Amino acid sequence: MDSHHSYSQVKGVSTGTTILAVKFNGGVIIGSDSRASMGESYVSSKTINKLIQVHDRIFCCIAGSLADAQAVTKMAKFQLSFHSIQMESPPLVKAAASIMRELCYNNKEELQAGFITAGWDRKKGPQIYVVSLGGMLLSQPYTIGGSGSTYIYGYVDAKFKPDMSLEEATQFSTNALALAMGRDNVSGGVVHLVVITEAEVKHVVVPGNKLPKFHDE
Amino acid sequence: MALSNVLEPAGSGFNFENSTRNIVLENGSEEGKIKAPKPMKTGTTIAGVVYKDGVVLGADTRATSEEVVADKMCAKIHYIAPNIYCCGAGTAADTEKTTDMLSSNLTIFSMNSGRNPRVVMAVNILQDMLFRYRGMIGAHLILGGVDCTGSHLYTVGPYGSMDKVPYLAMGSGKLPAMGILEDRFKGNMDLEEAKALVSDAIHAGIMSDLGSGNNIDLCVITKEGVDYIRPHRESIYNYKRQAKYKYKPGTTPVLNKTVNQLELVHETVQMMETAGSS
Repeated sequence: MDSHHSYSQVKGVSTGTTILAVKFNGGVIIGSDSRASMGESYVSSKTINKLIQVHDRIFCCIAGSLADAQAVTKMAKFQLSFHSIQMESPPLVKAAASIMRELCYNNKEELQAGFITAGWDRKKGPQIYVVSLGGMLLSQPYTIGGSGSTYIYGYVDAKFKPDMSLEEATQFSTNALALAMGRDNVSGGVVHLVVITEAEVKHVVVPGNKLPKFHDE
Repeated sequence: MALSNVLEPAGSGFNFENSTRNIVLENGSEEGKIKAPKPMKTGTTIAGVVYKDGVVLGADTRATSEEVVADKMCAKIHYIAPNIYCCGAGTAADTEKTTDMLSSNLTIFSMNSGRNPRVVMAVNILQDMLFRYRGMIGAHLILGGVDCTGSHLYTVGPYGSMDKVPYLAMGSGKLPAMGILEDRFKGNMDLEEAKALVSDAIHAGIMSDLGSGNNIDLCVITKEGVDYIRPHRESIYNYKRQAKYKYKPGTTPVLNKTVNQLELVHETVQMMETAGSS
């Protein structure tokens, strides 16, 4: 999800973007900006939804070609709900990530989309999986993706602590996204955060004027 | 839930049957190569806005074939269902055929289920089809409609991406039209405000884009019904023909007239067994 050249080759609407996910004590926060671009210079949507719910406690965030990402998540949502009915229990986050990985790997020539799958399940609690462009599946305690992620690798590596509280994790995610949106021209709009815990799924929107400001602004 | 399809069920992969035929035609004959006709594009301005009671869609009426205006009164707002209409930008044939197919599929669905289709259904069918053809179908569509869940406006791109929005403009004239919409859009407008906004947005597209022009069509969709206003605003540059080009009756002299009466000899009535009869 980090090859800068691929975004200019994405045909149609692209979510040149910043996405992240971070595990905290008791859950996981998944977040993104809200800009969709066409070509290098036209913002085709200021309010696109990049956090797609594929099951009750599992979300996917998308980067790359919007059409490809929407098609893959639609297919994954269908397969996951079918799987969940067959197993008669809520699906594991790993199952969701595997389904995305199968779709990305088997169609790697045609697709140009990367995903972060995150959620909560009974077996392992909060988890985060990265499914990259070519179909690699990796589990991580925190992860960032999209074109804007290159500007915040240093920040997240320095500021991440395992077992943060909900407030610390929310502040961490908001700061990271605000910093990336401040430097990357194809990321912007508002910050969308989804907090997933055993008990509930909460959607938080931080509008542009409420974002944290840093030294140069 | 199986969705009946008008044509054969969609196979996997792409259907490029015609491209082999096109290659043969272009490279074929000894007299010279047959040039493929350039597809007619609707260099266009289309726009849509959600207002208090429903959706207003608008479009210009110019269809261009490179630098010539091929059709001055082209209809770009297509019927999909009694409560759903769709504006199309891009290649004229692609938008026509795609919306026709969508409309047929939704009619079959209505007949099977006894319900009016929802706008999300139309969006899903379009997304599936356009994604399967990987952008080869040049249809940039704005879908608007009112169903039991409310008023909705969606955009579907040629690669199969979709977005749900309160206001939108597409086509070659979208930049000036978006400027007007961004400036004056408010939530919960009333009908006259919404019509004026869409009409002005299209007008901006017509003034600033060479591919858009002529008249402005509007389509107002509410829970009660649809008001298709064609045209809403006519171009002030409509040229009136100076002379008539039709020939008067009697221009061609009649030399001879013969009348042969056909006689009804025999009439048979055959009853057909229909599926519903017991």
